[in-house]
Amino acid sequence: MNKKTILTVLSVVLLFLFLWYGDGHLSTYAMRIWEEVGIFLMLAASYNLINGVTGQFSLEPNGFVAIGAYVTAILILTPAQKEAMFIITPMVPWLQNLHMSFFPALIIGGLVTAFVGFLLGFPVFRVRGDYLAIVTLGFGLTIRVVSNNTVPITNGALGLKGLPTYTTIWWCWGWAVFAMIVIMRMVNSEFGRAMKAVRDDEDAAIAMGINTFWIKMTAFITAAFFEGVGGGLLASLITIISPTMFTFFLTFELLIIIVVGGLGSMTGTALATIVVIWGSEILRVVEQPMDIFGLHIPGIPGMRMVVFSVLLILIMIFAREGIMGQKEFSWDSLFNFFKKNKVAQK
Amino acid sequence: MKRFLNILAVALVSFMFMATSSYSKEVKVGVVLPMTGLVAAFGQSAWKGIELAQSMEPTAKDGTKIHLTLLDNKGTKVGTANAVSKLISSNHVKTLIGAITSSDTMAGAPIAERHHIPMISSSATNPLVTKGTKYISRACFIDPFQGAVAAKYVYNNLHKKTATVMIERDQDYSVGLAHAFIKAFKKLGGKVVSVAFFQSTDQDYSAQISTIKAKNPEVIYMPSYYQEIALFCRQARQYGLNQPVLAGDGAEADALIKIGGKAVNGVTFTTHFDPHAAATPLTTKFVNLYNKKYKQNPDAMAALGADAYFIVLNAVSKAGGYKATPKKINYYIRHTKNFKGVTGVININPKTGNAIKSAVIRKVVNGKFVYVTTVNP
Amino acid sequence: MDLTTILQQLVNGISLGSLYGLVAIGYTMVYGVIRLINFAHGDIMMVGMYFAVTGIVAMFLPWWAAFLLSMVATALLGVLVDRLAYKPLRNASRISALITAIGVSFFLENLFLVVFGGVPKAFPVPSVFGGVINVNGVIFPNIAIITPIIAIAFLLILLFILHKTKYGMAMRALSFDMETVRIMGVNVDMIISIVFAIGSFLAAVGGIFWAMRYPAINPLIGIMPGLKAFAAAVLGGIGSVMGAAVGGFVIGLSEILIVALFPPLAGYKDAFAFLFLIFVLLFKPTGIMGEDLERGRF
Repeated sequence: MNKKTILTVLSVVLLFLFLWYGDGHLSTYAMRIWEEVGIFLMLAASYNLINGVTGQFSLEPNGFVAIGAYVTAILILTPAQKEAMFIITPMVPWLQNLHMSFFPALIIGGLVTAFVGFLLGFPVFRVRGDYLAIVTLGFGLTIRVVSNNTVPITNGALGLKGLPTYTTIWWCWGWAVFAMIVIMRMVNSEFGRAMKAVRDDEDAAIAMGINTFWIKMTAFITAAFFEGVGGGLLASLITIISPTMFTFFLTFELLIIIVVGGLGSMTGTALATIVVIWGSEILRVVEQPMDIFGLHIPGIPGMRMVVFSVLLILIMIFAREGIMGQKEFSWDSLFNFFKKNKVAQK
Repeated sequence: MKRFLNILAVALVSFMFMATSSYSKEVKVGVVLPMTGLVAAFGQSAWKGIELAQSMEPTAKDGTKIHLTLLDNKGTKVGTANAVSKLISSNHVKTLIGAITSSDTMAGAPIAERHHIPMISSSATNPLVTKGTKYISRACFIDPFQGAVAAKYVYNNLHKKTATVMIERDQDYSVGLAHAFIKAFKKLGGKVVSVAFFQSTDQDYSAQISTIKAKNPEVIYMPSYYQEIALFCRQARQYGLNQPVLAGDGAEADALIKIGGKAVNGVTFTTHFDPHAAATPLTTKFVNLYNKKYKQNPDAMAALGADAYFIVLNAVSKAGGYKATPKKINYYIRHTKNFKGVTGVININPKTGNAIKSAVIRKVVNGKFVYVTTVNP
Repeated sequence: MDLTTILQQLVNGISLGSLYGLVAIGYTMVYGVIRLINFAHGDIMMVGMYFAVTGIVAMFLPWWAAFLLSMVATALLGVLVDRLAYKPLRNASRISALITAIGVSFFLENLFLVVFGGVPKAFPVPSVFGGVINVNGVIFPNIAIITPIIAIAFLLILLFILHKTKYGMAMRALSFDMETVRIMGVNVDMIISIVFAIGSFLAAVGGIFWAMRYPAINPLIGIMPGLKAFAAAVLGGIGSVMGAAVGGFVIGLSEILIVALFPPLAGYKDAFAFLFLIFVLLFKPTGIMGEDLERGRF
């Protein structure tokens, strides 16, 4: 083991120590937001894999998260709960009696989502990346239509309620760290270089003999898997899911995160997830009526979304690089930074 | 550094809320409503009612001030869960009012239940909201009651024996109400000749209209929201489908008449209250003040919001003012008896947390909502 | 299902289809010249509706003046969006432009949510468009008859502009090779602006007729029609104006007819356009009008 690996392991240990401390000392509200940060970190990192690293603009997260959430929810509910809940049409029998613990349910949720990713990616990547965005956007809307209408499976508009709350801070961050490691390793492998080649110049990548179709598919399917798992974690955190829950706003929030962090930079994404999730909790204040020095400012509901979208456009026009650009944080760059400072002091 | 920033952020948030809590004799009540998002209109209406109710009676009997903190749940489940969690653990509220829709309320309810904080929703009508809970109550009646009232009215008062039910497939509200109506209508001896489905963003009903025409029912029951009902009526009347249309409380909005025009004349619906048919002295007082402040009549959401506030205020008074514990407040919320609220006389069933109260039937006549009758439970 | 209903539904479908077609033209033209999927196009249609309502309700204009004003104002908005948000990114990576387009879409939706609120507003339908025509007992709403006529009229005007005027030629040339056209001394930015103006103008026309058909409007109303119109543009062969119109008719008609003929499928209505999109990509990526995507044309 070299020095850098030790440092990385150490910082992960430090992270978990912080979470362990927080679990006992921070308020339930703060811990809840930290749980959300963990889930969103995994979602954003996988979203960045397809958008930032491979350069294929996609709007899939809300649809994929919904699939993962539904699959996991159906698997962790007990047969008795399902029977009580499906009051309009009884559930199809083979699903009715299916019941398992959280971990396999999450994995299956991820795998099903990955398979859907495969089915969607196939027609799109055969043509050109251009249609990916609109197909995934349409898919997000279609998944709502489907979950509303397949009543014997999803319970339609009534949704699924009373899910067991398995999701804890450890589940969220365990998966987040695992996803980060898998994705970072992928990006730094030969595979990752091929992905970047596709992003930077698709024609050149083809000329170099890269099978761009499968490169894009792999990125997309990997992202789909983690988004499915994230959906399962979210479902068990919120304990209730319904077709209208995973709206386009979820995708938009993730898009903001990866753009702020820098398209293609995983460490940037991690930083941005914390900034955006905590930021939007703190920004609630903006919309509430305020009294400042006797001046009454009425709250403008919805202003936050307007601010978000303007922010996104401005970043794209003026600061396309985000916080980290396409660079990654690395121990080397940190050492270099200090070295340079020392040199400068001399 | 990262962590330091977070701690700073947490500190900042808690500071901001500490700054707002300098009163000594007060009880903190958290309000969770959708102020943005798709159902924002309902949340804003409810907030108007709650604000007015507070200005009418800001303190409990012993002079304890009710301190309201409003958090926007953005009309989402995650938003509701976060807001409830924040109000309980950061703001230390003793009671919660909210949320508007049943599904949002259900996302917040487990957290309130876990922390033993009473939560009263003004308008979550789905029966599952309070099921199996000890701390969740509501100021409104539940869907099965509303659906049954509509069925009785059709069968007994209008003397119609056949109906078509239009179900908005993606709204649990609509599905629940339709379910209850069909059950009650069949029990009375009526016949549901057909069931048609649509979605909440649907704008074209011509296909459903042609099938309904073929079945020729005596009435159409469409438990949905005002926009869908208005568009449906417009198209139905254009294609010569003239049967009476009945609906639930979702129909009640000025926009129903603005969008539907002449086509919605005759639309009859069950709802929570009528500003012109004063049920209690508080109704008259509230309606007058509301008109003065907002230059319009209160809608059901505003009236129910006010009632949720009054029920909480009443419970705080009985539970001992500023010394009241959440547990005690919850006891008195759930033991609300013969309380003369804005929407009528309210009793809350201590076992279920559901309000037992009468429903009002209103009708559109010449572009105005008109009181028809009151149906007691 | 009797003949009367089928006839009614047929007219209904054609009229809905012509609205999709009008909106699809904007997608197809913008994609043709700058290879950008303008996600905000559906929202621009929504803005057109609100402009028209404001003209009638707040400015007390006669309906035709309000409609005209709305169309012109919406066209200007389209140009403005391009100049402010898209033009700075002309030479940036494609993904930057696409993200910006999503940003603009979200911005318009939320700005209008803040300004007008989420409550659906009634659209004042002028009496000319409000009535019904009764042909031997078969009832047609006026609007269902008028919409396709208006749509076809605008399509003919557009085709004339594209093929018989200098500007039209420049637009068609632009979709082949922007740089060469620039070198030849054409004001490329102005031509792109005209393309946005035409697309947005037609979106406003589509929006206004949409609102008269279904007179309840809200700030999120443009999303679904926008998506379906895009599917129509792809179905027709993106880049082709005639294709967009034809694709619109196909999607509109099939949506109405499938629901009418198979009522149990009504719930899946909004998914049809999406299925079309997937099938076209799988089997005939060049769309109905069947031309190579990499070569421009209108």
